[in-house]
Amino acid sequence: MTRDLKTSLLSTVVGMMLVSSAFAGEIWVTNERDDTVSVIDTDTLEVIKTYPTGERPRGITFSKDFTRLYICASDSDAVQVMDPNTGEILHDLPSGEDPEQFVLHPDDIHLYIANEDDAITTVVNTQTRKVVAQIDVGVEPEGMAVSPDGKIAITTSETTNMAHWIDTETQELFANTLVDSRPRHAEFAKDGTQMWVSSEIGGTLTVFDTATQTEQAKITFEVQGVHADRVQPVGFEFTNGDTHAFVALGPSNHIAVVNAETFEVEDYILVGRRVWHMAFNADRSQLFTTNGVSGDVTVIDVASRKAVKSIKVGRFPWGAAFRP
Amino acid sequence: MMRFVWFFALVLMCRPAFAETVLDVGYLSVAVATPPTLSNLDETPENIGLAGAQTALQDNLTTGKFLGQSYTLSESHVPLGDDPVAAAKAMLAVSPFLIIDAPQDLLLEIADLPEAQDALLFNTSAQDIALRDQACRANVLHSVPSFAMRTDALAQMLVTKRWTDLVMIAGTFPKDVAFAEAVRRSLTKYGLKLDREKTWDASADLRRSASQEIPLYTQDLGDYDALIVADELHDFGRYVLYNAWRPRPVVGSEGMQPLTWSPVIEQWGAVQLQGRFTDQHGRHMLGQDYAAWAAMRTLGEAVTRTDAADVTTLRNYILSDAFELAGFKGRPLTYRAWNGQLRQPIALAHPRALVGQAPLQGFLHQTNEMDSLGLDQPESTCEAF
Repeated sequence: MTRDLKTSLLSTVVGMMLVSSAFAGEIWVTNERDDTVSVIDTDTLEVIKTYPTGERPRGITFSKDFTRLYICASDSDAVQVMDPNTGEILHDLPSGEDPEQFVLHPDDIHLYIANEDDAITTVVNTQTRKVVAQIDVGVEPEGMAVSPDGKIAITTSETTNMAHWIDTETQELFANTLVDSRPRHAEFAKDGTQMWVSSEIGGTLTVFDTATQTEQAKITFEVQGVHADRVQPVGFEFTNGDTHAFVALGPSNHIAVVNAETFEVEDYILVGRRVWHMAFNADRSQLFTTNGVSGDVTVIDVASRKAVKSIKVGRFPWGAAFRP
Repeated sequence: MMRFVWFFALVLMCRPAFAETVLDVGYLSVAVATPPTLSNLDETPENIGLAGAQTALQDNLTTGKFLGQSYTLSESHVPLGDDPVAAAKAMLAVSPFLIIDAPQDLLLEIADLPEAQDALLFNTSAQDIALRDQACRANVLHSVPSFAMRTDALAQMLVTKRWTDLVMIAGTFPKDVAFAEAVRRSLTKYGLKLDREKTWDASADLRRSASQEIPLYTQDLGDYDALIVADELHDFGRYVLYNAWRPRPVVGSEGMQPLTWSPVIEQWGAVQLQGRFTDQHGRHMLGQDYAAWAAMRTLGEAVTRTDAADVTTLRNYILSDAFELAGFKGRPLTYRAWNGQLRQPIALAHPRALVGQAPLQGFLHQTNEMDSLGLDQPESTCEAF
């Protein structure tokens, strides 16, 4: 074997190891109608574990160090804390009734929880396990977001059709902004200077300027062969550098790729049925989408914008979260 | 500095209380004499319809508190023997926004009152096709689906299932006759036809003898794929199931029914609405409750978006392309600008589960798939809009 070939082989092996380590990790998926979480290995793209949870698990997120998993067990009226290494439920947090979706504050301590049945956002201290505040919001709160500096939390209310802006210092609303029908999900982007909200029935994404809480752009979608009424944006996530947003379009069974600079839709990717939420792997080269009706997770190769695999999970997969 | 910014934002975003927009809405229900039916099992809730409007009022109020908008709902029930037109006049003197539960003739009489000419009325119970056709009125919107919308939904399901050999048993009450007429119209529209039809004229007390009467009564219908029952008062239809000569599915007013709403709907976030309703009223939400809910929410949505409380602004907005109501049916609900009918999917359900929701896949339309249900623009002779 020549030296050149050896070097080339070695670099290939090292390269493969790098790729492999970048991909190593797990995607945790809540199965709303099975009362379980499925754990997917991002390397083998297989379900490696399934753990039981409380009733109707939906929102799911990890603590900063990934040692605790928080799960909204909606029909158990609790946020459950799981040890992701064992699958054991450590304890429940008081959450208010019917917790659907939540967001962990950058302080790693406070959870902001949407209580869908009660028109309330509950703030819970995960260390003292006490409710810190309850904030009146609109009917059917769902989407939750927090700004990177931790100063603003957002709740979107599905029937009131608003994004409610919460000052996290006073735990009070300081603005309420109307969006299109049935807002489902909210995310801050561009270092917190923008706040995006998806409207399921309105069929739009609204981009707000955070400083002024005014509308900066509105994004609409058009999937070939699907009636506009069935193109219903729900969950979305941003790629590295917030250059693009990948947007789940619900019963149209597509993910839209939105250019976050021009607000143009660049691509549509066919995935499973009623695509709902999603999570990226570590380097954001793969995206995992939960498809409620088909009961599976679609793996998308972000660079080529192609669906590469479907992974069967439990019934009605809802939320997804990554851990290394 | 940060404090100051917050304070400034607070001043900007919270509208002061003195600028509040208030919408007063009246709910008028008129008692109708109902003929006796064979079974005593069905009890119509006393607050049917009104309960839906009350749930929508709460939804509207919660939204309104963030926008400096408020709502009131006053109620008037007219018992048998009292004068419903006088009651309508009294309500119209208070507010031009009326949600009405009354039969067609009365609804038209109210709509034609001089006092109602600048009013906006919502029909939440009369399913008559004529109200969306030649007898339409510019001041009446319909949040309840027409018979035609329901039977078109049924026909779509029959086509989808390829149940094409069809028979029908129709009752003789006016509602049964109207439903049966709508069935015939829908079957023709979707290229189906009835092989045989019978009128229900038996006088036996079927509670005791259904197992003996119905097999004989249905024997001469021959073979078929599905049996349609037109029995909107739920008199005899329930006894046809499992007693008919042929073991075939029963659809229409019993069995798999085309419905405005049903307690078995849980898709599209409907569990939330069902839960709110049940918590507030201690019972399931029915179709008429849904229609009244949709009427009150229509007004709420229009006030939210326009910050107005006058008939012209709200009516124009409701009939415009900008209006859309999230009605827990999986699609945005809008109004047909040519006859004031709320476009909406129709559930096809049996008492335990949803079978499907029309418009079913494959039934296309050049502008809106929901217009495959009921009178489409070219069909409707309504000229008031």
